[in-house]
Amino acid sequence: MSGPRVLPAGPRALLVELASGEEAEAFHAELLRRRAAGELPAVREVVPGARTVLLDGVEDPGLAGRLRAWTVPPLRRGDGEAVEIPVVYDGPDLADVAEAWGVAVGEVPRLHARTEFRVAFCGFAPGFGYLTGLPGHLNVPRRATPRTRVPAGALALAGPYTGVYPRPSPGGWQLIGRMPEPEALWDTGREPAALFGPGTRVRFVEAGVRG
Amino acid sequence: MSAGLEVVRAGALTTVQDEGRTGWAHLGVPRAGALDGPARRLVNRLAGNTPDAAVLETTLTGCAVRVTGDRPVLAVVGGAGCRVTVDGRPVAWGAPVRVPPGAVLEAGPAVHGLRGYLAFAGGLVPEPVLGSRSADLLSGLGPPVLREGDALPLGPGHGAPAVDAVPWPGVPAELVLPLHPGPRDGWFTEAALCTLTTAVYRVSERSNRIGLRTEGPALERARDGELPSEGMVLGAVQVPPEGLPLVFLNDHPTTGGYPVVGVVPEAALAGAAQAVPGTPVRFVRA
Repeated sequence: MSGPRVLPAGPRALLVELASGEEAEAFHAELLRRRAAGELPAVREVVPGARTVLLDGVEDPGLAGRLRAWTVPPLRRGDGEAVEIPVVYDGPDLADVAEAWGVAVGEVPRLHARTEFRVAFCGFAPGFGYLTGLPGHLNVPRRATPRTRVPAGALALAGPYTGVYPRPSPGGWQLIGRMPEPEALWDTGREPAALFGPGTRVRFVEAGVRG
Repeated sequence: MSAGLEVVRAGALTTVQDEGRTGWAHLGVPRAGALDGPARRLVNRLAGNTPDAAVLETTLTGCAVRVTGDRPVLAVVGGAGCRVTVDGRPVAWGAPVRVPPGAVLEAGPAVHGLRGYLAFAGGLVPEPVLGSRSADLLSGLGPPVLREGDALPLGPGHGAPAVDAVPWPGVPAELVLPLHPGPRDGWFTEAALCTLTTAVYRVSERSNRIGLRTEGPALERARDGELPSEGMVLGAVQVPPEGLPLVFLNDHPTTGGYPVVGVVPEAALAGAAQAVPGTPVRFVRA
């Protein structure tokens, strides 16, 4: 395997680009492991993206060259405790998702809830995680027309990702359900503030009957 | 002996700002913090504060605050140039001013520059969020935008400031932004990259704390398609589909999906904080 591309993002940041989302998650996990072990020079921020990891506040000019030479073990998705999120599968786009998946509406919750998710990266709003884990054939497009308001707690799908809106906002993802207590997603009085930090394992558990 | 502030005139957009909150970008938390860092540090220095004390950042129209409590407060108005008064009487801009209890300190509309900074001895001490007292207008973290009648607590003063005058940089007539190419300069044509560093852009009135938007020639992409979301740095020059460069300022989103053609170093962004709409902008290769 060839090493990652390391692109400059200004005088003090490096954007490490991987060939796939899976490799980016593995590279991010390795970065955190090395940082915890004291093997990474000081950086201010480590921000994973869909296929990249940004290192911001880099003071060591030799770091780019060393990152290219890293050997990164493949991601072990099953590591660590999973956070269990009670959800109700009653979203307005359930039928559209069922059609895209080629299954009956009642099958969508079963297929979704049995998936082992992992937070690949965050963004959009504090507390919003982009969760991977759905197999490629269950990816769905964004809605053609975004909604002007998606309620807090909405459980949504777009592309390879699953997400839960931590607060009301506009959004173009397909809504398949809701988390009844979305306040838990983001709490600045808690350490860590985000329930879904990069690398967190997540399982959705059906909390009630479908309405 | 306690002191605080009561907002008498909030102005167009006045927020509490300190150095901002770093170390949380991976959770989607913007940095926030004063857009003109050097001005924030200077007003704090003149007020006898540590550089990281929280100050008020005003936008174009200034603001007015009454000193509450039972002791006078040392205050400094800097950043954008403006008329400064205490109970209507003119006092010094860019230098320590003693404001008695009950008196109103007013920073008038900017006569040059855009963002004013008001420091008070002891600093503003609203409850910090994730280690910072900065208002973040993208995600709504930190103290809310000031409104008439708001009360703001001040910390205890530290005694007399070490200096009573500092040199203030002027606001240049043209904003020159050094540009480090990448990480996505390859998404644009050679002609577009040449245009970016030779054309004159102008500061758009749609600029805000999230980004300095520009008006000028659109940049042509060399490739179509969407860029998967990736981490964004302060000073990133992002090019949305309409082709006009946008320079990310302190409240920028932590990840984004439009290609970043180049990055303006942080040290050059204070000028962007003070550039009024219509100011010519030139990007020059760093």
